[in-house]
Amino acid sequence: MPAVLLLVPALVYLIVATQVPFLMTVYYSFFKWNLTIPDDRPFVGFGNYLTLFTDSQNLHVMLNTVVLMLSVVVLSVVIGALIALLLNRPFFGRPVVRTLFISSFLVMPVVTAVVWKNMLMNPVFGFFAWVSQQLGLPAVDFLSQYPMQSIVAMVTWEWTPFAALILLTGLQSLPEDQLEAARLDGCTPLQEFWYIVLPHWMRSLEVVILLETIFLMQVYGEIYTSTSGGPGISTTTIPYFIYQKAFAEYNIGLASAAGVLAVLFTNMVSSVVLRIIGRNISGGKA
Amino acid sequence: MTTTLPSNRAKAARKDLLVHIKGSLLTVLTYLLLFLFLFPLVWMVLAGFKTEAQAFATPPIFFFTPTFENFARALETYGPFLKNSVLIVGGSTLLAFLLGVPAGFTMALYPGKRTKSTLLWMLSTKMMPPVGVIVPLFLIFRDARLLDTHLGLILMFTTINLPLVVWMVHSYISEIPFGIIEAAKVDGASLWQEFFQVVLPLALPGIASTALLCVIFAWNEVFFAVNLTSSDASPLSVYISSFKTSEGLFWAQMSAAATLTIAPVMLFGWFAQRQLIRGLTFGAVK
Repeated sequence: MPAVLLLVPALVYLIVATQVPFLMTVYYSFFKWNLTIPDDRPFVGFGNYLTLFTDSQNLHVMLNTVVLMLSVVVLSVVIGALIALLLNRPFFGRPVVRTLFISSFLVMPVVTAVVWKNMLMNPVFGFFAWVSQQLGLPAVDFLSQYPMQSIVAMVTWEWTPFAALILLTGLQSLPEDQLEAARLDGCTPLQEFWYIVLPHWMRSLEVVILLETIFLMQVYGEIYTSTSGGPGISTTTIPYFIYQKAFAEYNIGLASAAGVLAVLFTNMVSSVVLRIIGRNISGGKA
Repeated sequence: MTTTLPSNRAKAARKDLLVHIKGSLLTVLTYLLLFLFLFPLVWMVLAGFKTEAQAFATPPIFFFTPTFENFARALETYGPFLKNSVLIVGGSTLLAFLLGVPAGFTMALYPGKRTKSTLLWMLSTKMMPPVGVIVPLFLIFRDARLLDTHLGLILMFTTINLPLVVWMVHSYISEIPFGIIEAAKVDGASLWQEFFQVVLPLALPGIASTALLCVIFAWNEVFFAVNLTSSDASPLSVYISSFKTSEGLFWAQMSAAATLTIAPVMLFGWFAQRQLIRGLTFGAVK
């Protein structure tokens, strides 16, 4: 039996399960099609895309997606870098601390959302309300007064460990003798960081930023559970928008067009990631 | 060691002390940050052991006599969802392995001209946003009567995890020294024997951690779970999201259920931490 046959089932499965539905999404995106009126399905060409880019509500949804993505990437990378630097030195209990730090990343997004929404951010009984009262400040109803900031806080909490651990891995591959040499040459810690650590870190930073961008484009559970996209559309991002259009309004055409846009955007980012990974495996046997 | 003059020795001792103090302060800062990151989880787990009244009392209660009542009560309602989660996650991991292990094996041991691009293409499907395929999948599932069935979600989660399985298995097998496999071939091993008697035992630790990753990702998945099930086949993520509007009524019960939901994934994640990074970055960071 030729060995290559062993590849066929996986390949066929992935093509059928991902490429076929995606092509169907592209096809649907050219029709004005509402499931409640199944027989009336006029071809509208790029009409749905035009709606996405001209309706100010829809533009707001795209803006929300970008705001969430950018804020979380920046916050999680900055805090993650700080944690990575702190973890990259010997201290008592380091292995345990390192392991525990990943916990929030492992929590199911829905659990994060119910716990933050109810037990931490609740304006009357929540823990944050109590803390701000202790500080002499009024209790804040986070999810209705600062909805996007609250979602950003939750998602940052989840993704910071991911950034921290990858950046830590990057730091640990820095050859000790380079730092040694810099110190002998009389570098200050700041110069050492700027000229040695940071250039070496660029690769890890690049990977973290690109991968987080891809994963954060897909954030759904936190929004579905905590704000349902509201108040109004203040926390509606593309995934939640598609869910609403397709499963609440049955507007298949518009939902499909938004889905195509999401895939196009992700593809642009992931082609860069894949180039980085491709460079890595070219050295191997494959 | 260089000889130090007495006056310099005092200076050096003072410098050592300063370095020591700085080090301790950084360690304290690390533990403080860890505490902040763990707090939402600690608070949740604690609430699981409180009575409902204690759970949303203001000021918050930190010391109390633990009760196991919530866990007992949560187990009753949580049972069917747990069963669904286990069936779906187990089934999809198994199916992804049946399809993915042979493919990873072939591509690692019999690489062809297109192996690298096939591998990268498979990875790219892992980065595809679910919203790009949800609309046609929903319609196909509806027509095929797969909505709200275990099989439906098993097929979906297999799609999510298959690229990861192929990729990780490929990289673990590629790391096996080629001489060992060569020797088996010279001894006249069939493809079957080569796989089961030579490669599999050597790649087993890697394959086991790949399974852990599949379980973590499928267990925590929300988007497909919410949109392709309604009641009969709903996994735990859907159950937990039903607590989204608990205004302090069921916090203790919710916390107990959430604790039970995230506990296995947390343990797996701590255990497979290094593989987790490798799996998430697809080996782009070493």
